[in-house]
Amino acid sequence: MTTTSRWRALTHHHLFWPVAVLVALLLVNVPFTPDFFAIHMTNGHLYGSLVSIVLFGSPLILVAVGMTLVIATGGIDLSVGAVVAITGALTCSYISDQADQGALSSVLLAMGLGLIAAVVCGLWNGFLVARMGIQPIIATLIIMVAGRGVAQLITDGQIITINSEPYKLIGGGYWLTLPFSIFVVAAVVAVTVLLTRRTALGLLVESVGGNAEASRLVGIRSMRIKIMVYVFCAVCAGIAGLMISSNTSAADGNNAGLWIELDAILAVVIGGTSLLGGRFSIGGTVVGALVIQTLTTTIYTIGVPTQTNLVFKAAVVIVVCLLQSPKFRAKVFGGRAKTAGPAAPAAVAEPADSAPKMEVS
Amino acid sequence: MSTTTRTPATPGAPERRTTSRSARLLGDRRLPVLVTAGLFLVMYIVGLSRYQNYGFGDSQVFLNLFIDNGYLLVAAVGATFVIMSGGIDLSVGSVIGFTTMLTAWLVQDVGLPLLLVIPISLAVGAFGGFLMGYVIHNFEIQPFIVTLAGLFLFRGLCLVISKESIAIDDSDVSSLAQTRVPLGVGDLSIGAVVALVVLAAAFYVLHYTRFGRRVYAIGGNEQSALLMGLPLGGTKIAVYTMSGFCSALAGLLFMLYIQSGDPLHAVGMELDAIAAVVIGGTLLTGGSGYVLGTLFGVLVLGLIKSIIQFEGTLSSWWTKIATGVLLCAFILIQRVMTTRRKT
Repeated sequence: MTTTSRWRALTHHHLFWPVAVLVALLLVNVPFTPDFFAIHMTNGHLYGSLVSIVLFGSPLILVAVGMTLVIATGGIDLSVGAVVAITGALTCSYISDQADQGALSSVLLAMGLGLIAAVVCGLWNGFLVARMGIQPIIATLIIMVAGRGVAQLITDGQIITINSEPYKLIGGGYWLTLPFSIFVVAAVVAVTVLLTRRTALGLLVESVGGNAEASRLVGIRSMRIKIMVYVFCAVCAGIAGLMISSNTSAADGNNAGLWIELDAILAVVIGGTSLLGGRFSIGGTVVGALVIQTLTTTIYTIGVPTQTNLVFKAAVVIVVCLLQSPKFRAKVFGGRAKTAGPAAPAAVAEPADSAPKMEVS
Repeated sequence: MSTTTRTPATPGAPERRTTSRSARLLGDRRLPVLVTAGLFLVMYIVGLSRYQNYGFGDSQVFLNLFIDNGYLLVAAVGATFVIMSGGIDLSVGSVIGFTTMLTAWLVQDVGLPLLLVIPISLAVGAFGGFLMGYVIHNFEIQPFIVTLAGLFLFRGLCLVISKESIAIDDSDVSSLAQTRVPLGVGDLSIGAVVALVVLAAAFYVLHYTRFGRRVYAIGGNEQSALLMGLPLGGTKIAVYTMSGFCSALAGLLFMLYIQSGDPLHAVGMELDAIAAVVIGGTLLTGGSGYVLGTLFGVLVLGLIKSIIQFEGTLSSWWTKIATGVLLCAFILIQRVMTTRRKT
């Protein structure tokens, strides 16, 4: 293998561009904070910018991983922010009703309740999308609009604060010197990757996303796959909700997880998963979520006024989307996009869009 | 749209059990609008019976629906065009917030006269919409993502102007905001009148002009519209430009209504606008619906709010829940209707 072909193989890997962006963003920090990559131990806990990026990015990674599978089936889930709020509200209000807020059993029960609520939301979304055949963006809009109302109903419009040591662990605690939420995220990501890449499940999801009707005809229960994926996404959002409410020790029906659905979709897109469905990359999504969190951190550290955060984000969305657009690449780079790689399953419907995303610079 | 009677259900189709008359009724595209109008009437009568003693029957309470929701009506009219063409615009709320911020800043801190500020804000909004439409059409990126970027961008620009809200004490603005148009049974604010004018203009454009036909055609089936030789790109870009313009106008009305600019004004209002359009019976897949339906959608949402105000004990989150339930009901109605139409 020559050096150039190795380089080509590297740059054509689907994770190359997301990782390159992440590394570039991390490096931007170094001139401003020379010890950016330093990690030090204080009180038996590891501290450092890298650790906090993963810590603060944990809920987003979780939501984005769930969103990846939904998007892989050609759908989208706008309700995750509301599910975050509902789960947090239910769990915190249950814990705050207990006489002993530190009791492990009641905390576990509260978390179970919260996650059941998330599952119900997921089943409802899946029912509307798969059974009723409603466009995902519209079906999930219902919980997006009503969900925050439900969360506020649960908390009675107040911000419920709790004081529970065991519950604090998930979002703000440390374990084996690292933030506990990192382990939760690692577990969820590992389970997802195992399920989708070591079993046929991932293939089935991609097949449903490529063409749901064709998948049904070859004997895949596409309806069941879709419902399952929405439930999974809601559970991921639920865990993120537990994490967020645990980190702040409070449930805020109005602001918990606000706009997280948009960040999650953005993370998925940056990670190279096509919004058209049919193919996905969990690794890409994790990197995408880290890119977003790093962007936020970078904006803080280099001293750009924090209010321009959103403008930066908008610029990143536009640049990433333009780079992914075959038509844009064809116009700017002179038609090379058309010759890129073999056609994906989605090629039947949209030949122009089937070129592998993110692989052509 | 079309007034031709639909053919009765064919034997063997899923709706075999229903009689042909009810099948025909369900197939009528005007049904969602009628349902919404009926819902509005029922809600109004319920409100009358419950709060008669508190002055709910006062004609001014009815007119207040227009005064308090004029900006939403304008934004929803813009969203109607976009949704009718098969797209979606998530940037509405941000553009509204940005416009309040921009006008407040220009009037208050820069000191420009209001007469100059209004065209500037409208132009900025329309240009934002144009840019989004341009990217959506020319680079074939999904409207959802492009307008999402617009959402971030305009909300960010709000904060770039100022993190604090800017109160407006300009005499032109306050006199304009306080001007009332007498109607005999009550009065309307300038904002409400502008909203009704926009509604009338949109009604004319969508139902009586060539441009309106193109919007319907593209929403109905983009491929067919292209094959028919309709100017796809121009129409699409024009639709998003109009939506940006309407959002900016809604922002101006909101600024008049609230007399301040705030970076957090109208967060999430795009959802209200989309909900109003859906409740008004416009098909979210595009190609079918009426502007008048959007009016009823806005009125129903406004009526929920004012009933909750009259109830007093109910809290504001019931508005969100009620909106969600209504949204759900109308989406399901539309779904039932579209499956019938296809068979």
